[in-house]
Amino acid sequence: MTKRELFQFDLPMLRAQRDSRPAGAVPKSAPAHGARRWFPIQMGTLVGGDRPKLAPRQGTVNLKRRLAAVLMLLALAATALVVRAIDLQWVSRDFYLDQGDQRYVRDLKIEAPRGTIFDRNGNPLAVSTPVESIWADPSTLRDNTQRLPELAKALGVDAESLTQKINQKADKQFVYLVRHLNPDAAAAIVKLDIPGVYSQREFRRFYPNGEVTAHILGRTNVDDVGNEGLELAFNESLAGKPGSKSVIRDLHNRAVESYDVDLDVPPKPGEDLVLSIDKNIQYLAYRELMGAIQKHHARNGSIVVMDVTNGEIIAMVNQPSFNPNSQNTNIPKAELLDRMRNRAVTDGMEPGSTMKAFTVSAALESGKWKPDSKIDTSPGFWDFQGHKINDTHNHGLIDLTHVITFSSNVGAAKVAMTLSKDQLYDVYNRFGLGESTGSGFPGESPGYLPIAKRWYPIDQAHIAYGYALRITPLQLAAAYAAIANGGVLHHPTFVKGAGDVGKRVISAGIARQVSAMLQTVVSKESTAPAAVVDNYLAAGKTGTSHIAVNGGYSNFYHSLFVGFVPASNPRLVCAVVITGATGNSLIAYAGGFVSAPSFSKVMEGALRTLDIPPDNVKNWYAGGPGPNPLVAPQNMPPPSDADLIGAETEVAEP
Amino acid sequence: MATFMGVARGIGYFIILVLLAGVIGCAFGIVWARQESRRLFTEYNELSKERDHLNYEFGRLELERATKAEINGIEKTARESLGMISPVAANTVVIKR
Repeated sequence: MTKRELFQFDLPMLRAQRDSRPAGAVPKSAPAHGARRWFPIQMGTLVGGDRPKLAPRQGTVNLKRRLAAVLMLLALAATALVVRAIDLQWVSRDFYLDQGDQRYVRDLKIEAPRGTIFDRNGNPLAVSTPVESIWADPSTLRDNTQRLPELAKALGVDAESLTQKINQKADKQFVYLVRHLNPDAAAAIVKLDIPGVYSQREFRRFYPNGEVTAHILGRTNVDDVGNEGLELAFNESLAGKPGSKSVIRDLHNRAVESYDVDLDVPPKPGEDLVLSIDKNIQYLAYRELMGAIQKHHARNGSIVVMDVTNGEIIAMVNQPSFNPNSQNTNIPKAELLDRMRNRAVTDGMEPGSTMKAFTVSAALESGKWKPDSKIDTSPGFWDFQGHKINDTHNHGLIDLTHVITFSSNVGAAKVAMTLSKDQLYDVYNRFGLGESTGSGFPGESPGYLPIAKRWYPIDQAHIAYGYALRITPLQLAAAYAAIANGGVLHHPTFVKGAGDVGKRVISAGIARQVSAMLQTVVSKESTAPAAVVDNYLAAGKTGTSHIAVNGGYSNFYHSLFVGFVPASNPRLVCAVVITGATGNSLIAYAGGFVSAPSFSKVMEGALRTLDIPPDNVKNWYAGGPGPNPLVAPQNMPPPSDADLIGAETEVAEP
Repeated sequence: MATFMGVARGIGYFIILVLLAGVIGCAFGIVWARQESRRLFTEYNELSKERDHLNYEFGRLELERATKAEINGIEKTARESLGMISPVAANTVVIKR
């Protein structure tokens, strides 16, 4: 059969051909005329039984055309399918993938809480804990106004103001209803199942020590970002970076599978910060400062305790203070800002007589003066270029040591006038006066020390005993730490282990001489009998300065005491500044009476807490002053010599 | 020759059967692995949530400890309830080696 024949069936003729063949010639199962059939219909049955039903058709059916039409239709359909498939799989692929993802892929935020701040012994000072904030979608909530009173009741707010708030923000999709709720309280609100009300986890900072550590730590704002104090200074490392991961969620909104691990951003938790602060000493200093301020009806004050060997700040407290755990207080804003100021770092004051240690250092360094060089301070005042410089009383002819011991303004001024302006300025400047200490505390004040060129002679005399310049309590503590530390000045630091190697500012010999002079201050017949620390040798200097008000000096005073213990091998320096003690008698405002007792108490507790061995067990209370370590050998006797130093009944020479 | 063909066909059928079984097994394996991965993923998520929760709990407890261990309270208890005192200088003996 030709191809033509295959497509041009002439059924009656074919039938006739077939019927004309003998029955046996066609095998029963053989396909007719090479047409390959795979269906198992027996040719015989078709031939025999169905024959009468197949009525012969009239005319010729154009099978070829019909087939072509069907094929064309099929081809079109197939093409349409292919086109559609290409469209789905190739052209619009991204669109559909995106649509699909939108329906089941969610980005989960992974929280990264802010780092904890610890004290030097690992006690937490600032901890972030999770809290819940309730937020609403106003557009959804507005469709359910009948539930607003219920919500208002749960939130504990006025229903009317809540409605107003929702209406105001109607075009928004997000509004906080209440922030920083306890997780249980938030869960109760969410359980009400009000449409458009959700909760969101946030972190809130807690300060277990409250106002005691408030100034150094500062605080974070409502979004847990540091905006004050060390929280601000170390915000970069403390703040965590939240991560995210894409997940596929099921019907019940549970994450069932990771979508694409490569897209996940791991969270970076905030780093912890270990401070050099000792919580116990901090607390002790705070308590003593508060007590002293109350006792002397003062306005404010600061105490700074530093490790002289490396510049680590052990304690820093100020009064008045504030509660960092409360975001909204009833205190007026101006007063709150005043209370929040870390005075020990930000407020300069005239240091008064504490300045004399630096003046004497300059005198000794010049070589013109020795500790036993004599100065005539009689008659107790000095009329210098029309300015009267006063002493408390007439000390007569005294040596340089006793200028410090008796805190003679006349003596200090006369010593200073024998030196050049540059000599003095150089020494003051080396001690860090007029320059920021580099502690890194936000808002630190550099104080104020005019450059030598600007000094009038009277300035030179005034600065020598602590007027006409301003320094911060921290600068004072750091500068005295340099004297205590054999002439090496460290940058103060708040971070444990971050102390620097220091910088030599005066020679070790001069530091030792000044230190010995400062020891004479802490005794019964000097200006600071109250600074005595039981069992330890202490050295220090009192200071009292009038507070300048509108260019004049009022009846308010800064009462200072700065000193270090144990004097034979200094470890701690402590500066106490109490401002605003009023009164007419010296006892009411002099540094030796107002600030020195706090020094004694804080140091006593600090030395015990830090386990620093006593160097003066035979003290005044046991019957007389103990051996002066600068005279007696400084090293402890060898073990064979004596195992016990000091006994309660032993009486030393007067 | 026919026997050889028969054997070859048998081997062919066998290979097909093995491959079929492998494919079906593999399909089940994929289903199982996917299910298992989802189960484990959920479990992992729950465990990390629990870990975070425990961390927060730890922070809270640490806070509580810090509050309870406040030196003020300890000192008050020591001095008032227990009658303890700090030794005065006269009662202090320093032992040096």
